[in-house]
Amino acid sequence: MQPAGVQLEGVSKTYPNGHVAVRPLDLTATPGEFLVLVGPSGCGKSTLLRLIAGLETPSSGRIAIGGVDMTTSPAQERDLAMVFQSYALYPHMTVRDNLAYGLKVRGVNRGVTKERVARVADVLGITTLLDRRPAQLSGGERQRVALGRAMVREPKAFLFDEPLSNLDPSLRAHARAELRQLHQRLGATMIHVTHDQEEAMTLSGRIAVMRDGRIEQIAAPLEIYNAPVNTFVAQFIGAPAMNLLPAPLLGLNAPDGSVVGIRPHDVLLESSGTIEAAVEMVEPRGHDYLVHLRLAASNAPPLVASAPLPPIERRVFVQFPRERLHLFAPDGRRAPDP
Amino acid sequence: MTRTAGFIAGGLLLAALLIPIYRMVVASITPDPSVFAVPLVPTAFSFEHYRALFDERDFLVPIRNSLIVAAATTALAIPVAAACAYALARLRMRGRGLILSMILAVSMFPQISIVGPLYLMLRELHLLNTYPGLVLPYLTFSTPLAVWLLTAFFRQLPRDLEEAAMVDGASRLRAAWDVVLPLAAPGIASAAILTFLYSWNEFLFALSFTLGPERYTVPVSIMLFRSRYQIPWGEVLAATVVASMPVVILVLTCQRRIVAGLSAGASKG
Repeated sequence: MQPAGVQLEGVSKTYPNGHVAVRPLDLTATPGEFLVLVGPSGCGKSTLLRLIAGLETPSSGRIAIGGVDMTTSPAQERDLAMVFQSYALYPHMTVRDNLAYGLKVRGVNRGVTKERVARVADVLGITTLLDRRPAQLSGGERQRVALGRAMVREPKAFLFDEPLSNLDPSLRAHARAELRQLHQRLGATMIHVTHDQEEAMTLSGRIAVMRDGRIEQIAAPLEIYNAPVNTFVAQFIGAPAMNLLPAPLLGLNAPDGSVVGIRPHDVLLESSGTIEAAVEMVEPRGHDYLVHLRLAASNAPPLVASAPLPPIERRVFVQFPRERLHLFAPDGRRAPDP
Repeated sequence: MTRTAGFIAGGLLLAALLIPIYRMVVASITPDPSVFAVPLVPTAFSFEHYRALFDERDFLVPIRNSLIVAAATTALAIPVAAACAYALARLRMRGRGLILSMILAVSMFPQISIVGPLYLMLRELHLLNTYPGLVLPYLTFSTPLAVWLLTAFFRQLPRDLEEAAMVDGASRLRAAWDVVLPLAAPGIASAAILTFLYSWNEFLFALSFTLGPERYTVPVSIMLFRSRYQIPWGEVLAATVVASMPVVILVLTCQRRIVAGLSAGASKG
């Protein structure tokens, strides 16, 4: 199947109880793209995915899949595949029947079904599990089966609703790499929802950062990391989060209320200088140390730096390299570099 | 320690429940004069009461009537209730709470308050002393109850499963049939058992809407064993033993399925 693009124009969703989950927005996933929707819980990313899947109907706007208007089409006509956070495997069917179900309801003949199930099971390494039931599988195995059920259908696009969030951290990194390889191999359009910014960074071709039903920024991961459009995106992407300090503290000439952001690894700790800070806590991370600081200036917010070696003294001097600073206007939007 | 206490409490409860049944069985096989001095262990066996039950009283007729009425009520109530409950549990619609409370209210009316009007209606429809004349009134009570039970059951089934089926290409109906129904089997089985038992045990309507032995159900028939001069306790008890059999068989055969179904529903890890 040729991968299809997904296009949203002015799509919004307001629930009957008045809750606005998605504000009118445009979003395009080009054919074969890996697009990640990321944001804190309640930002509307899952609702947006469900709107694309056809499990919710939009309150306004247009949804096109592969260039065809599907705004009002029910889920079964959209030819998309979705992997749910809970995996949603049919508990009363064997793995084989779970994989084959989508083909069965579409009336694909048995020979083709059998062949496709065997091929997908082989790709995912679940051939030995085919006769088991979901209850007999481990979390990682279930996740594979859920992925397999989506792949068998050879859909126009894949929708992933936090499929990795129920896995152990060790398994998650592995599954993430596999998902990436799968995307390269299938060349399919994939739209992936997650609240994990690291997952978003490592997986995607493009990231859409969402908040309060809006898309704050949509761009390639490094572009978002290097040039966040506002303080929300700046703090949401990258861990530990970017420090935000009042601009006058750094002696910058900027409008009143402006904020300066700097990532922890860009903060330099020196034994002499002009800006003094007290060391409050040091967290070793193996390859470096997270140093929690408080600037000597009154009412300054806490500051986090990462350093290859822990400071020896309780007092240090910090330096903020100018080219590493992000300047934000009083309304939170990115301002031209200082 | 708590284990032992649990066993003792469980044993006492079981004994309290089983002793009357045990006495009933023993009494039914004890010859007449000693019915009210039922020995702990039966001393004399006699199947005289059972013989009389079938040879002289033709007890097979009320059993057949009861089976037909209870089975027909169950067969009609459960599919309707299941469809109704699914809609109430899943579809977003106005006045869902109102519909549910109305349904509950209907099944709350005391039976005795509607016996009179129902009698007149059935007479006009020429349904007195017929099977439909019992099945229809039974449906008015058992369907709402089954709707309530099944609505609660459908609600706790994960929505994800149906949605997965719909994204997989199934229509809502197909998803309900392929995915929801098999998972709801334990709930449907319990609702079916309750409906069947309700109809099997029902007395007031059966007494009011049947006119002769050819349509009497088991409870009515047993009550009418008494004559002006005596109550044939031996036969009454034999009849109750026989009447308990379908119930015991039904529960024992379905129990397995209910318990098995409860543990197979897991989908999350």
